[in-house]
Formats: sequence, structure tokens, C-alpha cells
Amino acid sequence: MTDTTETPLGLDRRNLLKTGAAAAGVAAGSGAITGFPTIWAQNIKDVTLRQFGTGVSNLNAIAEKVKEDLGFTLQMTALDSDSVTQRTVTQPNSYDIADIEYWICKKVFPTGALQPMDVKKIKYYDQIVPIFTTGKLTPESTIAQGTAPHTVTFVEGPGAKTFAKEPTQWMTLIPTIYNADTLGIRPDLVGRPIGNWKDILDPKFKGKTSILNIPSIGIMDAAMICESAGLIKYGDKGNMTEEEIDKTIAVLIEAKKGGQFRAFWKTFDESVNLMSSGEVIIQSMWSPAVTAVKSKGIPCVYQPLAEGYRAWGGGLGIGKNVKGIVLDAAYEYINWYLSGWCGAYLNRQGYYSACLSTAKQHMSPEEWAFWMEGKPAAAEIKSPDGKPIEKAGAVRDGGSFEERMGKVACWNAVMDKDRYMVRKWNEFIAA
Amino acid sequence: MSVAAEAAPAAVSDAPAPKRRRRAPPFAPYLQAMPLGLILGAFLLLPIAAIVIVSFWDYDSVQIYPAFVTLNYAETLGSWVTWSTLLNTLKFVAIVWAITLFVGFWVAYFLAFHVRTSKMQTLLFLVCTVPFLTSNIIRMISWVPFLGRNGLLNSALVEAGIVPAPLEFLLFSEFAVVLAMVHLYSLFMVTPIFNTLVRIDRSLIEAARDAGANGFQILWNVIIPLAKPGIAIGSIFVITLVLGDFITVRFMSGGQSASMGLMIANQISLLQYPAAAANAVALLVLVLIMMAAILRIVDIRKEL
Repeated sequence: MTDTTETPLGLDRRNLLKTGAAAAGVAAGSGAITGFPTIWAQNIKDVTLRQFGTGVSNLNAIAEKVKEDLGFTLQMTALDSDSVTQRTVTQPNSYDIADIEYWICKKVFPTGALQPMDVKKIKYYDQIVPIFTTGKLTPESTIAQGTAPHTVTFVEGPGAKTFAKEPTQWMTLIPTIYNADTLGIRPDLVGRPIGNWKDILDPKFKGKTSILNIPSIGIMDAAMICESAGLIKYGDKGNMTEEEIDKTIAVLIEAKKGGQFRAFWKTFDESVNLMSSGEVIIQSMWSPAVTAVKSKGIPCVYQPLAEGYRAWGGGLGIGKNVKGIVLDAAYEYINWYLSGWCGAYLNRQGYYSACLSTAKQHMSPEEWAFWMEGKPAAAEIKSPDGKPIEKAGAVRDGGSFEERMGKVACWNAVMDKDRYMVRKWNEFIAA
Repeated sequence: MSVAAEAAPAAVSDAPAPKRRRRAPPFAPYLQAMPLGLILGAFLLLPIAAIVIVSFWDYDSVQIYPAFVTLNYAETLGSWVTWSTLLNTLKFVAIVWAITLFVGFWVAYFLAFHVRTSKMQTLLFLVCTVPFLTSNIIRMISWVPFLGRNGLLNSALVEAGIVPAPLEFLLFSEFAVVLAMVHLYSLFMVTPIFNTLVRIDRSLIEAARDAGANGFQILWNVIIPLAKPGIAIGSIFVITLVLGDFITVRFMSGGQSASMGLMIANQISLLQYPAAAANAVALLVLVLIMMAAILRIVDIRKEL
């Protein structure tokens, strides 16, 4: 009780100081508030956190659970990756929480649109999967090519705009969701085993393939394909030279002119429609899209390939202008995100969550064994909203967490030659 | 020019009669024109000026920097992509314009000359606008399940034994783009042409017939010349809409085809505003040239 009376007073004084010291004091002032939910219980209910991001993690179930567990409102907007990038930079006042991918972070953080977060206020920081802190899944793992998340996770201090090489106290994004991507196929229509990225160029599938038209991601898929087909040898797929970009785009243009592709997709739903309508039988895909096709009763496999996966990861960042009680709510939301329920929800969709230890407590042993350990399902596996998606005995495509995340060949990337790459990519689309 | 020349003497001849009311100060006309001027200035000239300015700025993957570089234009105009995209866009313009003109003229002709009562004309015209009760995008997207490989049309054709395998060109092709555009933009041609056709004095047609003209001669020498303003206005609508279109091209071609608008949209989404602005300026110049050409052929103001 004494705590509750004292702290608001302190805060009032602080608020006064804040007003007096104008903008300069804001960051320090809000940083000093170590928000206790009990104290703020009443005020925080009026808070609305505005979050936006790609469709993959803007899930209504999460907003509902936030309302139930934390009391405040989480308002979500889903956009495509390009719009997300654009909005993060150009409209920093239109959101509190940016749910962005790590390669987007590499682009937007240097603009100062987001504020770094103090890891001391992140309760489960120590339990975050090391991919995001040291870059290594296990101490022996090698770091994959591309924009590996740990390279853009830390900055030196609150005002810093350049990334730190080692873990520091200040994080740009709190990882929430990540996965290893590969090609999706229609096993009933491809008519032969698929084992390599280059299979997408097989003349047999002429006019029945698709890749995604988001340059930063599409170029990586293209690189996996070219490398697999033995057409190009890359120094670093995640940071190509102009010559490598030229060659990659030339391969794509040739395939396009030869009628290899049926369409290019930009949003999640487009990929689902292309696959479920049978327009396309092998294409770049995201895992929940595969689940979405399957839940329509159409066979679809997220095919593991010999060359490994292209991985991606997303996280929550806080807008630069967020302060006071909203900032407290934001930290609370982030701590809640890592506390297990949400992680279990995401794991059940086929993604991976950042704190596996907490998520495990919210999943049944059968679910954990199926999704994370790659074991045959002991019971029917249901999607988070209760729809059956796998029968007992089924095994997850690609196996366990270690098998999948351990075989990442590259991360979605922003290259030094980004501007050049985008121009060449546009040539491919226009060709 | 001719309009201004006509208006001036009219004002002078009117002058003596309402002499008392000519007390308005000399700047009154400017005051009267000010609201429109302000609106056009704030919402048309200012944004265009901003686009022109930004088109000279420098940029990297996240930010734009005030500068004066001509690199954006050099990249835009020096790249074969721009020219092939432009050519592609103009191809769409030509095809869609020709088809909508043909369809639009005959729909308007039917409404104006074959439907007798004006009540029925209005009713049928309203029927033409019914599709516009749904959004542009919905009307376009609804073609996708119809034209797809396993879509309604292909299933019907295959089952009826007309074609052995589904026709691939129906969807995600330039055919699909043109089809959707014709569907979306025909009404923009129908409306202005219908508007000019109904105002043609019927006695002119009777006179032509009395003078011995056959149906084709009446159409060619009487109706079409009188319908020219409507055709010009409809053409302006259709041409500018097709030139600026990006969403139809993207969805109906499945991202396989490009237009100037799509290129600009791509650049904007990649935060390359200066490049997008340079493209937009190039497109604007093109649109203005085409409009000037149309207005040179048909003096809309004189004929309305």
C-alpha cells in the first residue's frame, strides 16, 4: 500500500520535471519508470497500443488475449512488407509498436524512427533464443549469410542509430516470431520428388511456378535457386556484388521470358490463392500459407530442400515518440508476448517463438513433440483456433526445431548494393 | 483562344445596360476566382511542384536527401526498362482506347437513337452504372476465379469439349489486363458520348436523309462529327485512367506485366521517392502531350 501511494507522487514530480525540461528529459524520465501493473491498473486500461506489421503476426487472438490479461487495448493493422517499411519511416506518429522484420530493421532503424529498448526491463531477456543475441543456435553453429538478426539487434545507447557488434543493454527489436522458409509444393500435382531449390526451374513446371515479388526476399530465393542450379557461385548471397546481382536477375529474366512463372505474388493471401486454385504447383511460400492451403483440404507440403532454408525473423520495436504510460504499456505488452501464451500460439501455427522455455509451459507434451521435436503426432494436431490440421502419426515437414533452424543457409537481407538490386529487380518485373 | 475572343465583345456590348451594377472594383473577378484558385493551388499545383522538386533529390534505401541531382532522370530515361514499360503502357492505352471507343460509341448510339422514350433511356443508362455500385477492385478481382486455369470459363470449355486443355492465356496475361480495363473503363466512354448524342438535333438527321444520304453517310458525316466532343472527353478519361493504372496491371497480369504506374508504385513502396517522382514527372509530361493532341483535334469548349 505504501508503495502505491508513494510511486504516483514520484511520478507526478517527474512529470512536472519532464514538462519543465521539455523534450530532452523525455527519454530519461520514461526510462526511470519501472511500471508496476498494479499501480497503473486503472490508467493503463485506457491505453490503446497501436501496432502494425505484416499479416503473419497481426492476429486478432493476440489482441483479445492482451485485453484479457493486461487490460489495455491493442489495435492492429496488417500491411505488406513494403508498406510496413514505408510507414515505419514516414509516419512515426501513427503507431506505438512496429512489428517488423529484421531486414526491415536494418533499413529503418538508422532513420531514428524507433527507440531502442532497455533489456533490463525485458523480463525474459535471458531466455531469448541465442540466434537473436549471439547469432548462434548452438555454440558450434555457423552464422548464416544475409541480414542475420543479431547483427541488427543491438545499439550502443538510447540515441544511437548505428548497430553494435556485440550484445549491449539496448535492443532495437524484441524478437517475437521467426521461421525457416522453403518452397511450397502441391504433392498431388508435381508428380515427382522435389529435393532442391533448382527444381522450380524444371521445364516440366513451365507456367506453374511463382516466386514472391518483394525484392529483399525474392532476391534471396532467386539466389538459392541459382546457386542450387549451379549457375552462379556467390561470395555472400546476403551481400551480393553488382555482378552477382546482374547474373541473378539475368537468370530470372530468362526464366520469365521462357514462361516459367505463372505469376508473382506480393501478399500472403495471393500465395494461398495461387496454390489452392492450382494455378501454381511449386512456389516460394511462407509456412502459415501452407497451413492455410491445407486447412482447405488441399494437399500442400512445405518441402525441405538439400541446400537449406532461407530464414526470416520479426520483432517488436517501439516508436520514437512513445513515452509515459504508453511506453510502460508497450514494455508490459512485450514482456507478456515473451511470457508463453503467445509463443505457444505461434508455435502451433508452425512458426517459432523467441522464448521457447515459456512457450513450452503453454503447450501440451504432444504438441511440443510434434511442432518442436519433429516427432510423429501422438494425437490429432489442431490449429490454434481448434481446426484439425494433422492426423495422429503425421510428422512436421522438415523435422525438429534444431534440424530446421540449424539448416538455415541465409537470412532475408538488405545489401550494401540495395539500390542497385532494387533497380535490377524492377527490370526483371518489367521485362 | 476563340472562346476568349468571343467572350470579350459580348461583355462590351452588355456593358451599357447594367451600368449601375458595374461598381465592382477591378479586382472583383480575381476575388471570385480565388476560391477555385486556392483549391487548385493547394491541391494541384503545390503537390506537383513538390513532386518536381523531389525528383531532383538524392536518396538511399531509407532516406531522401535534399539535393540537385539529375541522376534520377538519367536513370529513368536512360534505362531500357522505362522505355519498354512505356511502350507496354502505350500499347495498353491504344488497345483499351480502341475497344472502349467502339463499345462505348455503340452502346451510347443504341441508348440515344434506338431507345425512344427518355424515361427508358435514363433507366437503361442507370443499368449501365450498376456495376459501379461495387468497388473497382472487386469488379476486377472477380475475373480471377472466372478466368483461372480451373476457373468457370476453362472448366466449361473443357467439359464441353471445345478445348482439350485449359486456356492458359486467359488469366495472368495481357489479355486479362485488357479485358479488365475494358470492363472497368467502358462506361467512361459511354457517358460523354451518350451525352452528346442525345443533344443532336434530330432534324439534322432528317435533313440528311431528305438530301439522299444513306445510313452510313449520316453516321459518318453528321453523327460522328457532332459526337466529337463526347468522344474526346471519353478518350481523355480512358487514356488518363489507363496511363495511370497500376492495380489492374498488377493483379490481372499476376505481376508479369508492367506499366508506368506500376513502376512508380514499386518505387514508392521501396522508399525510392525521388526515382518515383522523376517517373511521375515523365508520365505527367506524356499525359499532357496526349491531352494537348486531343484538344488540338477537338475544341471541347466550343462544341459543348
